[in-house]
Amino acid sequence: MTRGLSSLGVYLPRRRLARKAIADALAWRTQAVGARGERAYGNWDEDALTMAVEAGRQALLTHAKVSSVVFASTTHPFLDRSNAGLLAEALGLPAALSTQDVGGSQRAATSALRTLLEGQACATLLVASDRRSTKPGSTQESSYGDGAVAAVVGEEANLAEYLGGHSENIDFVDHYRSAGHDHDYALEERWVRTEAWGVFVRRAIEVLLTRIGLAPTDVARVVIAAPRAVADSVLRTAGLSNATLAEGFYDRVGDTGVAHPLLMLAGALDGVSAGEVILLIGFGQGVDALAFRAGVDCRGQPVTDLATALASGVTDHAYVRFLSHAGALELDWGMRSERDARTAHSAHYRKHIVLNGFTGGRCTVCGTVQFPPAPACVNPECRAFAPQTPIRLVDIPAKAKTYTEDWLAYSPAPPLVYGNVAFDGGGNAFIEFTDVDPGEVSVGAPLRFVFRIKDVDRARGFHRYFWKATLRRS
Amino acid sequence: MATGIRDKVAIVGMGCSRFGERWDQGPDDLMVEAFGEALKDAGIERDRIEAAWLGVFYQEQSTSKSGLPLSMALRLPNIPVTRVENLCATGTEALRGAVYAVASGAVDIALAMGVEKLKDTGFGGLPERPKGTFEDLWQPGFTPPGAFAQLGAAYAARHGLSIDELRRAMAHVSVKSHANAVDNPKAHLRNRITTDQVLNAPMVAFPLGVFDCCGVSDGAACAIVTTPEIAASLGKRDHVSVKALQLAPSNGAEMGHASWDGSYTPTTRLAAERAYREAGLSDPSRQLGLIEVHDCFSVTELVVMEDLGLSAPGRAPADILDGRYDRDGAIPCQTDGGLKCFGHPVGASGLRMAYEIYTQLLGRAGVRQIGAPTLGLSHNLGGIPNRNVASIAIFGLNQF
Repeated sequence: MTRGLSSLGVYLPRRRLARKAIADALAWRTQAVGARGERAYGNWDEDALTMAVEAGRQALLTHAKVSSVVFASTTHPFLDRSNAGLLAEALGLPAALSTQDVGGSQRAATSALRTLLEGQACATLLVASDRRSTKPGSTQESSYGDGAVAAVVGEEANLAEYLGGHSENIDFVDHYRSAGHDHDYALEERWVRTEAWGVFVRRAIEVLLTRIGLAPTDVARVVIAAPRAVADSVLRTAGLSNATLAEGFYDRVGDTGVAHPLLMLAGALDGVSAGEVILLIGFGQGVDALAFRAGVDCRGQPVTDLATALASGVTDHAYVRFLSHAGALELDWGMRSERDARTAHSAHYRKHIVLNGFTGGRCTVCGTVQFPPAPACVNPECRAFAPQTPIRLVDIPAKAKTYTEDWLAYSPAPPLVYGNVAFDGGGNAFIEFTDVDPGEVSVGAPLRFVFRIKDVDRARGFHRYFWKATLRRS
Repeated sequence: MATGIRDKVAIVGMGCSRFGERWDQGPDDLMVEAFGEALKDAGIERDRIEAAWLGVFYQEQSTSKSGLPLSMALRLPNIPVTRVENLCATGTEALRGAVYAVASGAVDIALAMGVEKLKDTGFGGLPERPKGTFEDLWQPGFTPPGAFAQLGAAYAARHGLSIDELRRAMAHVSVKSHANAVDNPKAHLRNRITTDQVLNAPMVAFPLGVFDCCGVSDGAACAIVTTPEIAASLGKRDHVSVKALQLAPSNGAEMGHASWDGSYTPTTRLAAERAYREAGLSDPSRQLGLIEVHDCFSVTELVVMEDLGLSAPGRAPADILDGRYDRDGAIPCQTDGGLKCFGHPVGASGLRMAYEIYTQLLGRAGVRQIGAPTLGLSHNLGGIPNRNVASIAIFGLNQF
């Protein structure tokens, strides 16, 4: 029975911090040596979950029917509340669904992928997303990036057909992050290269190729989320002499953690031809080696939205903003930030489909679309006490009716931009904007909607999510 | 068949505290200050008042959500006191309660008091407050200037103005109110400003700069109302009567329906239409001698001039720049400085507006007296443009 990938979705946050900005800020401490490229970083209202929603939306555009959702991350926003469950509601998936969070290692996504490819027959949405905190001035601060990739895994294999896999579990601690700690602790790189990549990763590739009856020279592309020199040495020692390394996106994104193998896989699939063999390596306390044959959709052309995600970035030099958005620097936000953001969970539950899935109502008498849905129709000509049919507004384009850039209101990314928006085909809402710069919004500006953190309840360790408008940039 | 409120109730006494940063005064002190003036003006004993309405919006300033603060501050003789709140229309709502009580015949003399002690909240601008268990889950964390600023972008788009053109007209709104307040000893802000100062001030919420925003103040204002017959018996030959009292709250259409483009306030239009009818005004822009409108922000005053039917659609900026609403203009607006400069203690503002109109109608405004007006209008817009409560009161001088 054929198993494989039918769809991939990629999300990268808009801002890309120039590594030179970090180096310049720290020049008093550390001699700047070759700070090149940029790393993607999320807005204050983004986390692994919100990025997962965006990647998931992309992946589901072409393959919307899935019966389970797996969410892989080492930075799930909740330790005890189903992140995959919230992801599924944000994606508008039905309640009859199996959901699972997986984590615990940088291999979380590749291990989950292998399990899915060798397991049940149903189609699954696998989303890998990470937004890792880094200590200011650390190597990881420069080398990491934020991002998410989603894949639809099932019997359709038009992107990549699964040929087989091999995993090894080895308690090799190249880095770790203990419970209750914010940052990774990383060990000596050359030791990792020699003892891990050079030994058990190479071995796993050999075992896998033997098992599926391929010669090392049959492999065309290899996905290795490791520094270039490390990846080259693996290629060489494993005898993958005809293979090219998949792009690592160090210069434009940084290492996106659990998402990175899939991000590189998306890059690899964008350039291959149908039939070519691709190796996907997952690394972290052992190794996953998975082999795929590029599917019929691959014709040496882009088959994912990776190019769009890469191109949507804007270079940023504001290191302090990066620190603040990453939670690494607590600025003084004044009295307005002290407002109590307690959530009445009973009220939230009454409206969870409305809020998580941005679901409006369509009046069954006059057809007017409205948000939020209400017992009586908002149309002044109707006002009927009549049932309203749920209508998911997430993917309906909209335009700004009014807006402001508010420098008085509390926002961790001032100014707070918000306004009244009108959905194409009906429906109006008063809503916050995100990822827009001062002067960018105008009356009539085309908008789309993204799932984001609405606000943070520091007193109770909770934060809530809702949808925000952002510009539909051409 | 209901006949409306016109001329059924007279105002026989009004008082207003000095507005501003009253660091040394609590809400009880402010109420006593306003009440003392009103009682003296009415020429009655405190115990002749039979019922009272208290308007307070923010309850967090040691006043609490009941009628008690008024009853206790004035040591009223255990008469009924009702606490009301309707956003920035709160003061007018308190007046409405007292006026309706008299009109119903239930009581002879009633008191309406509005008070707000904002400076104790510690905020520059209005304090933050939770907006409800559901609404906080989805509505933007807006501020009042940001919510009202939306009118600017939408008005400019609708009428084909550049933001700079609009801001120039908005600037004149503030320049005019500052000039008027210089002659008002009770006003919070009594300094002249220039158009350049307004235009070059730091942005609060685009397109509103600092000088496009009203003062946030401590203050109290009150009115003592009775029947025209009792007013006469008190020796009030000329008295001010209530010609109209209208209230129009949103029902959600602005925020939730395509029929609103964000450039005007439909509730003001509705309230104005009803108020003009109730007062029997056929040509308000000629009949009204002065107006006090809800200039929480300069842009609010601008669009409201059209909503009240005083400027033709799209004409408000030109009318404003022409001086039509200046103190020496065709329809003097904010002769006391308005919310902009008299200040905006939320619960008191509606009654403060009534106080200025009352003062002008009785010819008591001193150096800022604008002649001999016989009709004046006050307007409040509580909430934010896409969901608000509009109130309109019209007062007239009844001469005998």
